[in-house]
Parts: sequence; C-alpha cells; structure tokens
Amino acid sequence: MSRKVIKSVTNLYDKKIERLAEVPDEKLPPLKNNKELKYIGRGISRIDGYDKVSGTAVFTFDKILKNMAHARILRCPHPHAKIRKIDITKAMNIKGVIDIITKDNTEKIDWYDGDTFIFDEHLRYQGDEIACVAAENEVIASMALKKIEVEYEILSHVTDKMTAVKEDAPKLYDWGNISPDANPAKYNRGDYEQGLKNADQIIEEEYNTQFVIHNPTEVHCSTVDWNGDHLTIWDSTQGIFAVRNSVAAALKIPQNKITVIKKYMGGGFGAKLEAGKYTVMAALLAKRIGRPVRITIDRKEMNLAVGNRPDSYQRLTVGVKNDGTLTALGMTMYGAMGAHRDGAGCQWPLRSLYKCPNVKVEEYHVAINTGRSRPFRAPGHVQGTFAFESIIDMAAEKIGMDPIEFRLKNYAEVEANWEIPWTTKLLKECYKQGAEAINWKSKRNKKAGEGKGPVKRGVGMASQIWWGTGGPPAYATVKLNRDGSVHVLSGTQDIGCGTYTILAQVAAEVLEIPVERITVSLGNTDEHPYGPSSGGSMTASSVTPAVYDGALQIKAKLMSGASALLGVREDNLVYSQGVIYSKDDKNKKKSIQEVVRETHEQILVATGARNARPQGVMLNSFGAQFAEVEVNLETGKVKVLKIVAAHDIGRTINRKLLENQFHGGIIQGIGYALLEERVIDHYTGKVLTTNLHNYKMPTIKDAPEIEVIIVSEGDDQISAIGAKGIGEPAIIPTAGAIANAVYNATGVRIRTLPITPDKILNQVYNIG
Amino acid sequence: MIRRINLTINGDKVGIDVQPSMRLLDVLREILNLTGTKEGCSIGECGACTVVINGNAVNSCLIVIGQCEGSEITTIEGLEKNGELNKLQKSFMEKGAVQCGFCTPGMIMSAYALLLKNPNPTEVEIQEAIAGNLCRCTGYKQIIEAIKSP
Ligand code: FES
Ligand code: FES
Repeated sequence: MSRKVIKSVTNLYDKKIERLAEVPDEKLPPLKNNKELKYIGRGISRIDGYDKVSGTAVFTFDKILKNMAHARILRCPHPHAKIRKIDITKAMNIKGVIDIITKDNTEKIDWYDGDTFIFDEHLRYQGDEIACVAAENEVIASMALKKIEVEYEILSHVTDKMTAVKEDAPKLYDWGNISPDANPAKYNRGDYEQGLKNADQIIEEEYNTQFVIHNPTEVHCSTVDWNGDHLTIWDSTQGIFAVRNSVAAALKIPQNKITVIKKYMGGGFGAKLEAGKYTVMAALLAKRIGRPVRITIDRKEMNLAVGNRPDSYQRLTVGVKNDGTLTALGMTMYGAMGAHRDGAGCQWPLRSLYKCPNVKVEEYHVAINTGRSRPFRAPGHVQGTFAFESIIDMAAEKIGMDPIEFRLKNYAEVEANWEIPWTTKLLKECYKQGAEAINWKSKRNKKAGEGKGPVKRGVGMASQIWWGTGGPPAYATVKLNRDGSVHVLSGTQDIGCGTYTILAQVAAEVLEIPVERITVSLGNTDEHPYGPSSGGSMTASSVTPAVYDGALQIKAKLMSGASALLGVREDNLVYSQGVIYSKDDKNKKKSIQEVVRETHEQILVATGARNARPQGVMLNSFGAQFAEVEVNLETGKVKVLKIVAAHDIGRTINRKLLENQFHGGIIQGIGYALLEERVIDHYTGKVLTTNLHNYKMPTIKDAPEIEVIIVSEGDDQISAIGAKGIGEPAIIPTAGAIANAVYNATGVRIRTLPITPDKILNQVYNIG
Repeated sequence: MIRRINLTINGDKVGIDVQPSMRLLDVLREILNLTGTKEGCSIGECGACTVVINGNAVNSCLIVIGQCEGSEITTIEGLEKNGELNKLQKSFMEKGAVQCGFCTPGMIMSAYALLLKNPNPTEVEIQEAIAGNLCRCTGYKQIIEAIKSP
C-alpha cells in the first residue's frame, strides 16, 4: 500500500487550512456491511473504565514527582493597570518559598501571537499574570502571593463590548479595541438589498448571548521536570503537539528537547487547546531551582483567565415571501474577544443552514478588559444558532407555517458558500424522526401560550450544522506481538470522550480479534506518531481511519507471511478471526501468532495514515433537536422535560460512548440556555462569578429525559470508517430549541440568554 | 503544632502526625498518596472530593483532619476488595456512567454512602444523593442507571 504526500485542504469557517500530509495512495477497501461488523458500532464498555472507577487513573492533576515544588501565580486584581514596581523581598523571606519569577528577573517572552509577553507590565484584565512563586507546598506558595508587593498605575477600563467600540472608550491596544481581523469581517452573497425588496415580510430582531466558562472538572495544570537539557511536561491538554511547539518556541529550545505527555484528563471543551502561560512559568522555575515543579490553576483562576465562550450581540434580519421562501438574511454582530485577540464571531449557522441567495454579514470582534475568549464546544455555532433559529421560528409564525415545514421549504441541497454538494446530508430524516419522537403534532400549541393555568407546556425545535469530519494529517502505529496481542499508538489524546476505546474497536474489527487483546497508548509526543489536537469533533473522524489503514497493513504482512510459510498463493488464502486458511485445504492454516513467530519476527509494525479529504464536495454533520418544556408563570422557572436529538453524524462507532457525548452536550446546552453566565460588574470591571457556587452549572436536577436518534450510516466518501464526529453537534441547537419551546409554551420570546426566571416574569407581566 | 491523629482508612488503622488544620483532602492526597479523591472547586460545590466518613458522604475539602480523630474513612481506593471491584464500580463501567472520569470517584462515593443506608433507593433518592456532585461531561442518566442496578 503505497503512500503519497498531498496538500490537504480543509474549509473551516472563513479559513482555508492547507497542510502537507502523507496519505494512502488509493482508496482503502470499505468496511464490511453493518450487520457483519463485530466491534464497530457496538456499545462496548470503555477500556479505561477500570482505571477510572477504581481511583487508580493518574490524571495530570495527580502527577507527583519526587522532590517536586509547587507553583502558584499572582494575578492582577484590577481590570486594567500598569505595573510601576514589584517587590518580592517579603515573599522570598517566607520559610518554604524557593523562587519567584516576574517581569523583572525573566526574559521577555512573546505570547498570544505577539500581543503580549509571559509577564507584561501592561495588565489588561483581572487575572493577568504578574508573578509565579515556587514553594515547598501549595499553601506556602499561596501565602507568598499575598506578600508580593505590587505598585499599580490604575488605568481606566472597559468590560462591555458595546462601550468599548465607542470613540472615547479606554483603549487596550495601539490598534484600538476592534480587532484588525474583524473591523468588520464582511460576507456578502447575492444582492441583499434586492432580496429585502423581494420579501413580503421583513423581520428584524436583536439577540444577546452571555459569556460562559468551560469549567472542566479538572483544572488546568502541568507538572514539569528537566533532565539535563530535556524537559518533560505532563499537561492537562487537548493538544500535546501544540503544547510542545509553543513551549519550545517560548524557551527557544529545539522541539526534540521536549516531551509532552497526557494520559487521563478531566475535560477541556476547548479551553485546553493551547499551551498555557502557566506551563512556561513552571518550566522556567523548574530550570532555575533544579527541581520538578507542579503548577495548578484554581477554580477562581479558571473563571478569570483560561478562556470563555465570547458573548454576542446579534441584529438579525430575515426577508421572506408569504409562501415561505427566504429572500434575504442579514446579520450585524459584535462579540467580545476579551483582552487578547481571538475569534468572537458566530455567522456560520446563518450562512449555511438554509437556502437563501442573498446574505449580508458584518462582524466586529472587540477587545475588552476581561480574560481572553477561547474556542468552546462548537465555537460561534452555539451563539449563532440560538439567535438564528429563534428568528427562523418567528419567520415561520409570521407567515403561518409550521416551523418544520418552513425549514423544509428552505432546505439547502447544495452548500451555498462554495456552491458544492455535500457528501451526505440527512437533515430531512432528522426532522422527520425527531418530530415523531417528541410527538410534535400533538404536543405543539397551535397558538403560543394557549395552555390553561399558570404552568404551561410547549415544544420547540432547532437545527444544527457543524464542520467535524476530520482529515489528514493523522497517523497511528499498529504493532502486533508474538502472542497475538496488539498495541495501537497515536499522538492524539483522549480527553474523556473515549478515543482509547474506539481505536481499539477499529483494530479489533480489522484483525478480527477481541478488544481485550488490544492496548491503546495516546498522548506522548516522543513515542507516538502525530495525531491531531482533540477539538472540533475531529479526533474520531481523523484518527480511526489511520488505525484502519495501519491494521490493514498488518493484515497484509500476515497474509504475505502465511503465504510463504504455507506455500499457498495469497489470493488462495482467507483471513478469519486471527487465523489464515488455505481456501482449498482448511487444514493448511496459521494463526497470526504462528506467522509472527515462524517468520522470526518479534513484532510486526505498521503506521497507518488518514486518507485525503474528498475534493469538490462539502462535509458537514447535521441534526435537529426538539425540546419539551414546562414554564411556571408564577415563578418564571423553566423546566426542560425532554430533549430529542436526531442527528446525521455519519457512522456510529460506539453507541454507549455516543450516548455520553450527546447527553453531556445537551446538558451543557441546557446550562447555556437557562443557567450559566459569567457576570461582570462593569463599574469595577470585576468578575462576580468566580466559584462554582456563583457560576451555575447544571446538576442532576436539571437533567431532562433525553432521546438520541442517529439517522446516518457510515459516509464512505469521508473515509472507510465514515464517521463525521459527535463532540459538538448536541450542544449547538439546544438553546434555540429550548427558547422556541418556551415561546410555544408561554407566548413570550426571550432574546437574551440565559433564560432566567426574572426575564420570563418581566416579559409576562410587562415590566421593564 | 503537629498532633497525632488516629484513623481507620480503607480498613487500615493509621496514625498520622500532622497539623490538625490540614484539610482531609490534602492529607489523603499528599500524605497518604490516595490521589483517587479529586479536587474540583475547594468550596464544597462540586463533590469531586467526596469520601465516606463513618457511613456518611462528606466533602473532604471542607473537613480538617483535626475533626477526624477516631473516624472510619473510606475512599474510592477502599472499594475494591481482594482484586474485585465493588458492584457499584462495575455498574458504573457497564452502564457507561463515566466519561473523563474526574468526577467519578466522588460520584461513586456519594452513591456508595447512599446504598449503605438505603440499598434500594428510588430515582428521587438517588438524585438527592448526588445533587452535590457535578459532572461536566456525561450527562446524568447513565449515572442514575448505574446506581439503580448494581
Ligand atoms: S473540591 Fe470539595 S466539593 Fe469541590
Ligand atoms: S465524567 Fe467528566 S466530569 Fe464527570
């Protein structure tokens, strides 16, 4: 099976990502028919289950090294300031304090694409880094933070994006507060003005969405250790190679002098996609003191400084004919990036969900004095889908059409941004099966809010489109030992989703051996071939085909070895359940163990590669979610009773793990719709929700009944495995479906998330 | 001021010389190397640090070791007996009640304490028992299933 290097092209948002990658030269043989599959598609229990339920799983947070020091970071208490002076004398005098680094005793190291330094004297948000202490334990390190004396020059701040864009607002950068990348970012399709003229109805609405914080249960943390000039980093990260490359650049050392390891990790959701400043600080301290260093970020820091979903203001316009045809879609949006540049937009659902020839978008990404935004599970699509699917619901109502019928009327058969067909799109099927499961026809109020009494029920729905679908480069090494056991290795990571398990399933399927005989190692930059960062619903769709390729190569080696040993031509051999037989004489056979042993190999090794993405077609996942809610008009409380999630995600690799991903995504979506919000006091510029008491995440009591329907089979244009990815799809339409259900129940539309009781009551009783 | 504290941890009697003001969580993780017990929030909100003390589920981040004299403490590491997982642990694996696994030890210990007192809990009782345990990944239905059916 030969290889070639290609330029792999992926369209992701407005970026065209081009990367060189080695891929299989030919299309790999497809998987067997679904019915014949033994491992792929089955609900196999996760293979790392024992480690996790027994308490033996070592997370980065648990990584303890001998003679290790503990580091904590001093952060700026003000939203905007300059450092006049730092005095560490008193802190250094505390018994047990080993070292303290600040801007005064370290080199300037560029960070955030040159926007700032590891230690900058210009502090742009509450939580910006000032110093890092190494001490004998965390308690002493925390005590020392209080003894560092900092003299600040307080600068005026701005923590609200709509204020920040005004001319007289305090400026964070030489370029002002609006990112040069989006001032505004524009998109035009067709003739928007003409589209509005052609419309019978024009609907214009404003929506606001809040900042939310990833808050994975395991905080961000690293343990680092120098051995001579070699640095080993255990990091709670979604991207080991991203961390290696950033830290190497920061420390100006070659990448082969750094090993990044991640074994178990307590979630990331996008916040852990890049190297943190804290890892670099730990490495600097470890070098200076000649000891390993463990650094952890506490929950308050998590809520200030390591990422959040950007907020949004969206003004949307929909032009529609009375027969339901969309004629124009317009969007003006502002999103806050926080104190450093990052994407804050959300235009893609509007641009890609439905057929509409005339579209106009303007986006402004705004710097404010708060922690920096980071990708958070379906970046942009969660904010965008809530607003867009809300206004689509209104448009349908305005012309008196059922919301599903309206969506079918505007169903996109080709991807409108590039005018190319999709590999597969089963969104119609999602509408159909989802509507049946929620009982759309009988549960939907004909007139919104028509139910009797103060406790109202209603149903609503929203659709989703997501990128996912993966691509090269992604590699996996498959090793077959003499005893027939198999080792799969890839430099991707399992951030909790089940990557260990699904890769074992793929190898088991190809080699026809039980999953128990397979071990999977992930998350080591030295030992494993390159695997992608775990984000964007792209791990499974990128890496499973590489394992498939690697396992096929092993199988080919076995066939050729058996042919030599048995004296039978390869095309006269069959492979079944780890044994190779002669077609003519069933007694002529060799087990895979025998082949390895008798060919005098210790181990067979092959590295598989992810196939190229098909060109000239678009690849997306799709879905429709349906919510049934109960709203108490006396208390304003919304209770989600049921969510039906019907999705086209290509092949299901493991139904049990898929349920986890969907349930988890839906519940995060419920948090976004009803509970979660980072609250800032704009007057002081301080965040008020810095612990898990104030920052409300869903608990078991917020969890509704959930039904997951997968309408798709494998999409073999994507890869032989045909998975599209399942990490993001479930969160995307959840808030929109709930908001539309709340309207159907009450007749009240909430345009600002989260939908808290005060907002419901204010609208119902017309207050404010 | 260092004091000797006597405890039974996972069936073993231990005496530890320690500052009585140290959090039980830190004693478990740092002195006894029982890192199965996690820390998620440090203020009693997430339940990741849950252990069972004298039959009750307790957030070990909110207890100082000085309060624990003579207590019987069970941590996640204490559930496996003679190389065999507790049926609750097995049930968490089989029902798919685990994703990243960081909340899992605390979740299992809350459930374990519930089942000690009430071997056949209703769904509402299960909800009450784990209402203080946050899971950011999995959703909760599988966790209820796992606790219902060990
Ligand atoms: S760490 Fe104890 S409850 Fe969160
Ligand atoms: S499994 Fe990750 S927090 Fe519960």
